[in-house]
Amino acid sequence: MSNGEHQNTVTLTVDGVDVTVPEGTRVIEAAERVGVVVPRYCYHPGIPTRPAQCRMCLVEVEGRPKLEPSCTLQAEDGMVVLTASKTAEDARQAVIEFLLVNHPLDCPICDAAGQCMLQDFAYVTNQLESRMDEPKQIMGRDRISDDILYFADRCIICTRCVRFMRDVAHDDALIVAERGHKSYIDTFPGRELNNPFQGNIVDVCPVGALVHEDFVFKARAWDMDATASVCPGCSTGCNVTIDTKENQIVRMKPRHNSKVNSYWMCDYGRKHLVMTNRGVRAEVPMIRDGDKLRATDWETAISWVARQMEIVGHETGSAVISPQMSNEDLSLLWSLLNWLQIEKVEFQVSSGETASLPSVPKLKLRADRAPNAFGLELFGAERVQHLSSETPESPLVVMGDLLQDAPEKFGMGASFFLYLGTRLPEAARNAHAILPVVTFAEMDGTFTNFEGRVQRFHQALNPPGIARPGWMVLSRILAELGTGDVISDVRSAFDHLVKNEQAFEGLSWDGIGLKGAPVRGGHEEVKNLVPS
Amino acid sequence: MSFPYVHELETRTLLSEYQGKKDARTLKSWRDEGGYQRVRKAIDMSPETITDVVKESGLRGRGGAGFPTGLKWSFMPKEDGKPHYLCCNADESEPGAFKDREIIRWTPHLLIEGCLIGARAIGAEHVYIYVRGEFFEDTQHLNKAVVEAYEAGFVGSNIMGSTWSCDITIHTGAGAYIAGEETGLMNSLMGNRAEPWAKPPFPAQAGAFGMPTTVNNVETLSTVPGIIEHGSEWYRQWGSEKSPGTKLWSCSGHLVRPGNYEIALGVPLRDIIFDVCGGTPSGKPVKAVIPGGSSTAFLSAAELDCATTYEGMQEVGSSLGTASPIVMDEDTDIVRAMRRIAQFYAHESCGQCVQCREGTSWIVRILQKIESGDGRLRDIDTLYDLCEQMTGRTICVLADSVVFPLKSSLDKFRAEYEAKMTSDKVAVG
Repeated sequence: MSNGEHQNTVTLTVDGVDVTVPEGTRVIEAAERVGVVVPRYCYHPGIPTRPAQCRMCLVEVEGRPKLEPSCTLQAEDGMVVLTASKTAEDARQAVIEFLLVNHPLDCPICDAAGQCMLQDFAYVTNQLESRMDEPKQIMGRDRISDDILYFADRCIICTRCVRFMRDVAHDDALIVAERGHKSYIDTFPGRELNNPFQGNIVDVCPVGALVHEDFVFKARAWDMDATASVCPGCSTGCNVTIDTKENQIVRMKPRHNSKVNSYWMCDYGRKHLVMTNRGVRAEVPMIRDGDKLRATDWETAISWVARQMEIVGHETGSAVISPQMSNEDLSLLWSLLNWLQIEKVEFQVSSGETASLPSVPKLKLRADRAPNAFGLELFGAERVQHLSSETPESPLVVMGDLLQDAPEKFGMGASFFLYLGTRLPEAARNAHAILPVVTFAEMDGTFTNFEGRVQRFHQALNPPGIARPGWMVLSRILAELGTGDVISDVRSAFDHLVKNEQAFEGLSWDGIGLKGAPVRGGHEEVKNLVPS
Repeated sequence: MSFPYVHELETRTLLSEYQGKKDARTLKSWRDEGGYQRVRKAIDMSPETITDVVKESGLRGRGGAGFPTGLKWSFMPKEDGKPHYLCCNADESEPGAFKDREIIRWTPHLLIEGCLIGARAIGAEHVYIYVRGEFFEDTQHLNKAVVEAYEAGFVGSNIMGSTWSCDITIHTGAGAYIAGEETGLMNSLMGNRAEPWAKPPFPAQAGAFGMPTTVNNVETLSTVPGIIEHGSEWYRQWGSEKSPGTKLWSCSGHLVRPGNYEIALGVPLRDIIFDVCGGTPSGKPVKAVIPGGSSTAFLSAAELDCATTYEGMQEVGSSLGTASPIVMDEDTDIVRAMRRIAQFYAHESCGQCVQCREGTSWIVRILQKIESGDGRLRDIDTLYDLCEQMTGRTICVLADSVVFPLKSSLDKFRAEYEAKMTSDKVAVG
């Protein structure tokens, strides 16, 4: 397919609609192509093994005596598949009734409620009553790892979690213990579930059997807003969905992108992002008034900064940029740096241990713990191990949160010290102007991942105080200086990026869509530039 | 005990001739009786000829399903360059059946001969005998026999000086009913949970360790040496056109003489129960018989004249299964018997398919309720409907196995179920 080889196709009929698919395609996937979602539990597109054991996806095939599991059934030429025949629907309804024999009806306190495949398909199959009036079996719950809870009563033994661990993460820690109606998921005797990707078992769980301990009882599915985003935890740039409630990030889940992270993400990424809620933020612009900083409004702050810059003039200075900044931030920042004629631009990336998911080669927790180091490199910034602590008497621009560990007197000698950040560390108080910008979760924008893939993220949270996106603030300063237009929407900011930085030529905000696109030259060309 | 008792209806030729004679276990006396000459003969035959002879004999699998053995062997790919395996299913786990154990216990060399001939026919280089773990003593006999056979050059490389080599490994299971299902057996053999897999792939395509594999029952393989020795015509002197040969009958329940009997197929079931086994010890009439192990349909007393052939049992809506009749006299509580059977299947369900995992345990709970007098008439309808939903919807036939006895007991003994429901409760419906 991707290598351009000719592939044989077969044409089958699903519920009366013809569909042509490559040879070897399973009926469940062929049906999806014509908008027919066959209810399923054990089947997961990202897990290679298909035991066909939940018996939910049984469909009728004309000319065959028995119902067949569509997840393993290969599409054949001329095959006539009926997913909604009376027999198939009866069978599906029966599966739901069987599942509800022991599954508790504790939806009001279950974290999966609202996002539960058992609920969904109970409604789809109209199986709303049970003939079961005998007592249910009680299994209890357990802590399956130090951060994941297992509610055995709710478990429907689809074994997605076991198979994710075994067949995707190549880790045999999880097993089905006991058998029959006493089956439950457990760790292998003497083994611990301790895998950097184990959080995915919570995502693949079709019901509320596996729940992250830090999420349990925290939010109902319908109280959360979901926003498409990109994980800023490392340079991989996993596509994610940020779930927010009351302007707090409560959960992050992987979003499918076959070019980056498949269906998965690492635990570091999950936890890292939920942590970004914490800390005191910079909320209003501040400008220097003698030896004090004075809070002010944006208009005053921007015209004051522009005036100071005019006083300093086009003077060579230095800049320190955080690799957490979006491409749009960088684009406008470079316009400002060019105006100031600053050429020395440094950045530092914190690094950490790596981890990989064996069956998805691109998906790694990479050593670079920042989302846009590659973007900075494209702009020509220099990666350094340690930021220089001495500042000559020249302009200094700092953008991003990287002054937490800076020496107390950082930037004191600078002729003009401009700080744009989301927080207010001690060293930032040496600045002449502090302009509060927002985090990636509070704005729209793009990051460039480790192999040059430009990926969009969207605003999930409202910014604190009157903090604004960096690119917006910078465009106002530039407009005040008379060298550009005011940019108030992300499309125009992206256009600015495309126009001003060669690598991004040919891309457009709409064109890259939610799955991203490689920078000019594609992945191949940039591969040599960066260590993997 | 069937030893030393021999009934005139018995045909102690193929399988049970040496049962009860413990000397037959040793290689020396087995050779004195002409043992391993059949293997010699098979080595001189081409694999195709062996398969053809077995095909012509009409031998059907003795593990329960009755699939023609020669035909099964012919499914194995020819000259595909892959190693082939033969699995001998000695996991005899069907309640009521105890025939394979008897073969292993008394005539382990007969089984080894059968394994070798079968392996020769399908081009297998390795035979795995999967014995259930509970057969401790029997496994020791078998182990000893395999060691003897290796030492004598009957198993291993260049068997009997020929260019043909074949190894035998005995693998003991941990005791699971479902390990007797062929794909469950192979999964267990490979070190996985004994969970059946959805076919395809069929064992002949990708079985044990991903290689073409045939799984045959102990009794099936033990019948093969006789067929090879005397030919298919000789074998067809017993039984019917569709069910030729003799069969070991494991008779249990309310019988004067329970035990294993080798009887030609086709004898009326009534004769086996009343003549061979001497009827019920209490002298009371028989109420019901489960003819082929607990997974076959109940027969009522009126149906006992059926012929004990695969087709004859089918005619009365049951099946020959493993030919292990469990006889129940008039005092038997059918609901209780059925509950006990259902409990077995609920306990033994591997837990993969929802219908089986949840259905079997639900059936048990309904039957317990009826048994304790809390049942409602509608429970019978529910049971019927569960039977419907559990038939033909799962990976293997364990769910179907509980349905056969349950549905037939409801059909034939419905009055007994209703009698458990007190009259006022029935009125409520």
